[in-house]
Amino acid sequence: MSELRGQDLHLWRGEQHVLRGVCFELAAGQCLQVTGPNGAGKTTLLRAVCGLVPLESGRVLWQGRDVTVDPAAFHAQLDYLGHDNGLKADLSATENLRCSVRLRRSVTPQQVASALALTGVPDTGSAQLRYLSAGQRRRVALARLLLTGAALWILDEPGSNLDPRGQELLAGLLSQHLSGGGAAIVATHQPLGLPVAQLLPLALE
Amino acid sequence: MNAEHGKAVRMPPVAASAPPASAPPMPTPPPASPMPAAEELGSAATRRRTGAVGAAVALMQRDLRVALRRPGDTLQPLGFFIVVTTLFPLALQPEVSLLRDIAPAALWVAALLASLLALDLLFREDAQDGTLEQLALCGQPLTGLLLAKTAVHWLLTGLPLVVVAPLAAAALGSPAAAIPGILAALLLGTVTLSLIGAVGAGLTMGMKRNGSLLALLVLPLAVPVLIFGARATQQAIGAEPLAAPLYLLGAMAVLAVTLAPWAVAAAVRIGLE
Repeated sequence: MSELRGQDLHLWRGEQHVLRGVCFELAAGQCLQVTGPNGAGKTTLLRAVCGLVPLESGRVLWQGRDVTVDPAAFHAQLDYLGHDNGLKADLSATENLRCSVRLRRSVTPQQVASALALTGVPDTGSAQLRYLSAGQRRRVALARLLLTGAALWILDEPGSNLDPRGQELLAGLLSQHLSGGGAAIVATHQPLGLPVAQLLPLALE
Repeated sequence: MNAEHGKAVRMPPVAASAPPASAPPMPTPPPASPMPAAEELGSAATRRRTGAVGAAVALMQRDLRVALRRPGDTLQPLGFFIVVTTLFPLALQPEVSLLRDIAPAALWVAALLASLLALDLLFREDAQDGTLEQLALCGQPLTGLLLAKTAVHWLLTGLPLVVVAPLAAAALGSPAAAIPGILAALLLGTVTLSLIGAVGAGLTMGMKRNGSLLALLVLPLAVPVLIFGARATQQAIGAEPLAAPLYLLGAMAVLAVTLAPWAVAAAVRIGLE
């Protein structure tokens, strides 16, 4: 059964026809890798699927239902990681995770600590996030993905700022997410290291 | 279906499904046994969705914590209010009757401008660091979450003004008997000012230098609050009945609480596009 389906998505940005009839179909356990040159509309597609940018025409179906009918129910199932990490620079990694996860579900300090350990963020105590490197902040954002436990991950260049080990970590998390029955849309040019059966390429022009 | 998914998450043995990931050169302490780790992150049994109120409380806690980390920005409106209201008596002739005459205007102009000072930051930073997107996509009603953010803004800018208002009123020569009336008017007025300001902040959050446009949008809407607030203060100082202006301020506050959150949410949605 297809989890997520995009039907003939069209979107204009001013004078520019960015999305020209994009179609995709994604089953549970599959990852849609969106590629395309800069300005091809990768980020726009991801944001349109989330519902941050309204589509000109076309539909996004999640488990067979149009996502615009009950956006809150759809959003509860997805986690979006964009160019910005969605973390507050004034708070520590732990505080950030606790707050942003509690917007969705209950979380214990142990869960936060083990997610940070799993994503390889060193124990920085109460140090504000602004003193962490960009790669470390990205890892904190990845820890959030783990904690929210959403069924659909929408990741925009998730590997940016990550070192090679971070890339491996990302591939591992993604693979674990997919084999656990989750789905993902990833906009990246970097190889994701997934088996062919799990990977659906989508090239935008 | 959330529960199903949660169950599924428990099973995956990382090592088996993703050999490259758990290959030896993993970062810091990647757990030797990934199974319990997935369990530790919250299994289906322990995964409990947060209600709208819980989410709003979590958001308020975060915003208050952020505000505490940067006292300079947080205290700026309060400092402005204190400075303006205490400079008036210094600049004017020290005649109590004159001070009493200008007290309503001084208090309310200072309160209005102080509430404008911090508005700029209300949504802009959250829009820049991506936390506003997270709010819009967390599956909770955005209207409620933004109302919670506005409430924090009021707690940090409106409420402190009300707290120091007795001092400012005393500096401006108002009798002690007038203080409760002045406080009631400021309490109702600052709530409305914060909510009106939030609409303006939502509309202008995507702009680089939005200060003057924000003032242009918000000030005309804030004028009724200024008029009736100053009127109530005047009546309180003159020991006249002030129920009428207070009722009007209350009605404006109720109207703002009812309508502004939807306008803020709509403005923020447009700003996120």
